[in-house]
Amino acid sequence: MANAKPKMKLVKQAPAPKKIAEAKNVFGKKDLTGAEIVIQAMVDNGVDTIFGYPGGAVLPIYDALFQQKKIKHILVRHEQAALHAAEGYARSTGKVGCALVTSGPGATNAVTGLTDALLDSIPVICITGQVPTFLIGTDAFQEADTTGITRHCTKQNYLVRDVNKLSAIIHEAFHVAKSGRPGPVVIDLPKDVQFAPGSYTPPAKTDLTRYQPRTMPDMSKIEAAVEMIANAKKPIFYTGGGVINAGAEAAKLLTEFVRMTGYPCTSTLMGLGAYPMTDKQHLGMLGMHGTFEANWAMHDCDVMINIGARFDDRVTGRLDAFSPHSKKIHIDIDASSINKIVRADIGIVADATEALRAMIAVWKKKKYTPNASALKSWWKEIDGWRSVKCLNYKQSGNIIKPQYALEKLQAAINKDKRESFITTEVGQHQMWAAQFLKFDKPNHWMTSGGLGTMGYGFPAAIGAQIAHPNALVVDVAGDASILMNIQEMSTAVQYKLPVKIFILNNQWMGMVKQWQELLHGERYSSSYTESLPDFVKLAEAYGGIGMRAETPAELDKVIAEMMKTDKVTIVDVCVDQRENCFPMIPSGKAHNEMILSADAEKFDKTLV
Amino acid sequence: MVRKSLQDKISVYGAAPVSDPILSHTLAIIVDNEPGVLARVVGLFTGRGYNIESLTVAETDHTKKLSRITILCSGTVHIIEQIHHQLERLVPVHYVSNLTLEGAHIERELALMKVVGQKEKRIEALQIADSFRAKTVDTTLDSFVFELTGSPEKIDAFIDLMRPLGLIEVSRTGIAAMARGKKGI
Repeated sequence: MANAKPKMKLVKQAPAPKKIAEAKNVFGKKDLTGAEIVIQAMVDNGVDTIFGYPGGAVLPIYDALFQQKKIKHILVRHEQAALHAAEGYARSTGKVGCALVTSGPGATNAVTGLTDALLDSIPVICITGQVPTFLIGTDAFQEADTTGITRHCTKQNYLVRDVNKLSAIIHEAFHVAKSGRPGPVVIDLPKDVQFAPGSYTPPAKTDLTRYQPRTMPDMSKIEAAVEMIANAKKPIFYTGGGVINAGAEAAKLLTEFVRMTGYPCTSTLMGLGAYPMTDKQHLGMLGMHGTFEANWAMHDCDVMINIGARFDDRVTGRLDAFSPHSKKIHIDIDASSINKIVRADIGIVADATEALRAMIAVWKKKKYTPNASALKSWWKEIDGWRSVKCLNYKQSGNIIKPQYALEKLQAAINKDKRESFITTEVGQHQMWAAQFLKFDKPNHWMTSGGLGTMGYGFPAAIGAQIAHPNALVVDVAGDASILMNIQEMSTAVQYKLPVKIFILNNQWMGMVKQWQELLHGERYSSSYTESLPDFVKLAEAYGGIGMRAETPAELDKVIAEMMKTDKVTIVDVCVDQRENCFPMIPSGKAHNEMILSADAEKFDKTLV
Repeated sequence: MVRKSLQDKISVYGAAPVSDPILSHTLAIIVDNEPGVLARVVGLFTGRGYNIESLTVAETDHTKKLSRITILCSGTVHIIEQIHHQLERLVPVHYVSNLTLEGAHIERELALMKVVGQKEKRIEALQIADSFRAKTVDTTLDSFVFELTGSPEKIDAFIDLMRPLGLIEVSRTGIAAMARGKKGI
């Protein structure tokens, strides 16, 4: 039967460790326990940092951590934050992020972070402690069916009952987490297995052949795609998180190919930064709160080149009216993404780097050139949409507009010499950040796209700051979201992390309020965040720095000061409470049915 | 301020999906026989709202620890294609074959059926069992247990005939399926 009986005996009578690989292990001894194998396997997989929170069922691993110096453990204040920090670390470095949590509540608290990583395809390994094998199934203290609970929110998970299989499982977990479409992997480790002595197999000697996703494209399809691209009259590149996940080389190749063709390019929320956003060929983000020009170009294009994006409902809007006149090329590492939502005329299963490299080679070999006159009139059309200036807003008087605050933040970042990383929470501020901040490089923008997890941004910023100690890391936050993981102030203070939390404080759950205003008859049910804390005092109470801006003049001063702080800083920017996030495609509407802000220029074809 | 005209134009919900005809397809899935693999496969169906009509699983290669799962699933062409790709994505899944799409194949199922009755009904049950080539695997003075192997349709037909003759219990294995011809998985 598929559910084989647990081999409990193997654990109890663990054989004497076989010959340990000649290479010295981090503990400088011959025999390793399960807990030590965990550390050794992580070191061998290039891990230098792990985010975690101790508890009864992981004490042996914490004991092993205490006795070595290769891996730095970052103590978070909530297990959800451990996962988000690991995600921030992973996204900002391109490496696998690691978390360590205890059984029961430790594991269940990690579930949101795991699901977030699954939906955004972030490579994360989470080790969960488990009650000893002989107590599994008895409703023991802090027991939860972790592999059962996390099966739906992981790419793969394991319950390790045999210490001699542990190292191979960890090596496979790293391989699975980062290969193909990346994702989270859970390794559930009972306490007795952590104590048991066992044999260690290094990664090079582990068989990883059972999971080998396809990365090389089908060349005949690439040739057909490039021919379609070359013959296009109204083409558009639509790129997503897959290009970021494929690595910096993919972003470089994308930029090369887009420039080679002279075609417009738009990116999803997850894909921002793969193509430089300050370049004139970039139309900004598309989708529900994307730019007018990006969405209209998607709607009117004749060839759509989707690379590493998945036709999310927040991107497509109403499906039967989605880009009705276009041929669609869809390149994705995950075969199940192709034809899942939107039928592709050419579907190519491949890694974005390999697909782009192949497309550039074919374009050069066949000496293709774009249809210059068609392209010229296409850009003219796009410039018409651009002239609407859909992101216009009016900053006047003494009330700070959120968009203005972000433009000021961007200006300060531009002047700063440090490398900068931006994370966000979820809501209006997130959409404004995607609209107003500019990313010219991949891996510098981290946001919860798929799951939309409030509370993501601050721990993710901590992860990014740990990975890049000298960088400028800013979490653009909302007043409601930030409270979901505010306890991480302690983590930031403990490790002297100068993360900046830039709160656009409108005292509302802004996006909830916006939907209630537009769709629920202005009945603001439970969306006013009453009894907000004094964020300045809150920061100080944790041992950080707090400051507040209530007027545009104060904003300049506060941002200038924030850039200089050397410890965690909350900047409480009191913004216009009535401001809504536009443009907006309401649910169930098409790309050409966007609602524009009253401050945008008039466009006669819109419904507004 | 709300522009009232907007409220007529925008809806809270997205457009409903278009409906296509529902088909039944038989998938053969070769998986590593490891803990949780069946839960992962079945969980994929429940999690994504796909339908399973029949499921059979057993280890088929004891040395390599491989199991074969046979699933009869239903959905639109598009959904069945998605099921196929989603299954292939799972780490312990080695191979997925859509037997319905790949040409002629055989489907067989085994059923045990208990029929309780006396006199003419008993004789008639026995005669029908004989014409279906069902085996009588247990007999008492007032009951039979029949064993029947065949296509699911044949078993359905047999059950329908037995119902008025005192059928009280049915146990079915679900289908085992294989492509015709020399090509193997």
